[in-house]
Amino acid sequence: MTNPVFQRIESEIRENPVVLYMKGTPVFPQCGFSARVVQILSHVGVPFKGVNVLEDGELRDGIKEFTNWPTIPQLYVKGEFVGGCDIIMEMYQAGELQAMMKEKGLVTAEA
Amino acid sequence: MAMSPAEIEALIKASIPDAQVTIEDLAGDGDHYAATVISEAFRGKSRVQQHQIVYAALQGRMGGVLHALALQTSAPT
Repeated sequence: MTNPVFQRIESEIRENPVVLYMKGTPVFPQCGFSARVVQILSHVGVPFKGVNVLEDGELRDGIKEFTNWPTIPQLYVKGEFVGGCDIIMEMYQAGELQAMMKEKGLVTAEA
Repeated sequence: MAMSPAEIEALIKASIPDAQVTIEDLAGDGDHYAATVISEAFRGKSRVQQHQIVYAALQGRMGGVLHALALQTSAPT
């Protein structure tokens, strides 16, 4: 019997090209790290679905088990876990994030 | 109960013996740190895998007692 939370996560990251599991919402992030990833994504011009884990305790723990990653935020692109705040920042500073998003056709608004 | 830089370093080195670890206390409150870890164990691994090795070394403290650890990992150049 697979974990219902995992099933929900799997469908969310399948149906949405870019999903950010975060604390708060894109408009009102409630954690500095989540806010930073929101800023980077909007600067790179990538629309994304923000999922507020603070509203759902089961999801907040389930997502950490799902990826064996202990913190929030967590960014998924085309169903694949890309990383948390550190990795997204490192990729952004190295220009890798922009290249990856362009290559996957996810950049809609050039910042 | 926050952690001290020495505790973090000791935990990382306990499971990554060749690790060169530098830790910076970002906020002086014992749970906001930045750490750089260089080890042969990271060679050929993705960033996610590298960070997961360090999180495993911290034995579940990451995200709990240790609220924020800005991590930079790499293999020795």
